[in-house]
Amino acid sequence: MSSLLVIVFALVSLSTLMAVYRILRGPTISDRAVGLDTATTITTAMIVLFSQIFHRAIFLDVALVYAVLAFLGVIALARYLEGGV
Amino acid sequence: MIYRALGEFLILVGSLFLFLAGLGLLRMPDVYNRMQTGTKATTLGALSVIMGVGIYHPQWFFKTAIISLFILLTNPVSSHALARASHNKGIPLAKVSVLDRYAEDKEKGLKEGENDS
Amino acid sequence: MKVLVSTAVLFVLWVAMTGSFDPQELSVGLIVAAVISMIAPGVAGPEPKKWLQPKRYLYAFIYLFYFLYAMVKANLDVARRVISPRLPINPGIVKVKTRLKTHAGKLALANSITLTPGTLSVDVVGQYLYIHWIDVKSPEVEAATQEIVKGFERFLEVIFE
Repeated sequence: MSSLLVIVFALVSLSTLMAVYRILRGPTISDRAVGLDTATTITTAMIVLFSQIFHRAIFLDVALVYAVLAFLGVIALARYLEGGV
Repeated sequence: MIYRALGEFLILVGSLFLFLAGLGLLRMPDVYNRMQTGTKATTLGALSVIMGVGIYHPQWFFKTAIISLFILLTNPVSSHALARASHNKGIPLAKVSVLDRYAEDKEKGLKEGENDS
Repeated sequence: MKVLVSTAVLFVLWVAMTGSFDPQELSVGLIVAAVISMIAPGVAGPEPKKWLQPKRYLYAFIYLFYFLYAMVKANLDVARRVISPRLPINPGIVKVKTRLKTHAGKLALANSITLTPGTLSVDVVGQYLYIHWIDVKSPEVEAATQEIVKGFERFLEVIFE
């Protein structure tokens, strides 16, 4: 399991890095928002992987709450981009 | 332990799809195409990782199923909101695009009332 | 009627979230579900008797597998496009028409379209959906509808209408 987890975390971290590159680089504000959206979903998957590593079910609740908050954040960002309130 | 092997396999496949999502985010030419790969590949990748953990530890299965259901419901909605916001903000499609019915119809004027029908 | 159905729906959600069958948890969940559905009976949707028809659940179960198959196909397609060095895309926004009328049905259709091969819903206006297609095969409304919407509509019509 542990060697598998090393590969898995390498892939997931690379993916996060690419999303962060998109957030930093732009070129438009929407590109940054899309990068953020992708990064939050990857983070949710990562938190679930933490519960696999530490054998603690509590991280699953953390992942659920994180998913809810990330969704609300992205929706608020989209409303702001559109020029709404 | 066949179910453990299945769980590990799902986690590995899921992380591969997450990697492809990042790659798509890097390579695609405009915001809408990035959204396509970003949404689809991360949704299946996250789903596969989370269900893999749920199968590896069967006592967590219910909770992981709830998280995946939530991701399945919310991820498309947030990308839909972002796509609509970017189009209304006037961010253009890439040069290779062939047509844009949405912009044509917006010029004619969408019937706003129909939105809430 | 409305209150009873929404209580049942909320209670099932509670049990799935807590994941325990301890009598204390169950009784608290029942009380909370009953109070919420008395304050806000609308949580079960405008027509609560739809929750009681078993045919909808059967179709939803079949739809789940059809949807998972379409989603895996979509991801292999995306993977092929991302990896190949020439980046074979031919994108554009097309317009399609749907027969679904309820809000829940349209939401499910838009979400399904977003997660399946090469399509991303951009906006819903009345009976029309605007869809960003990564590889436009036909710009006409009817042909695009046939290609994108029909497969899902068959199931969703039974589940939500």
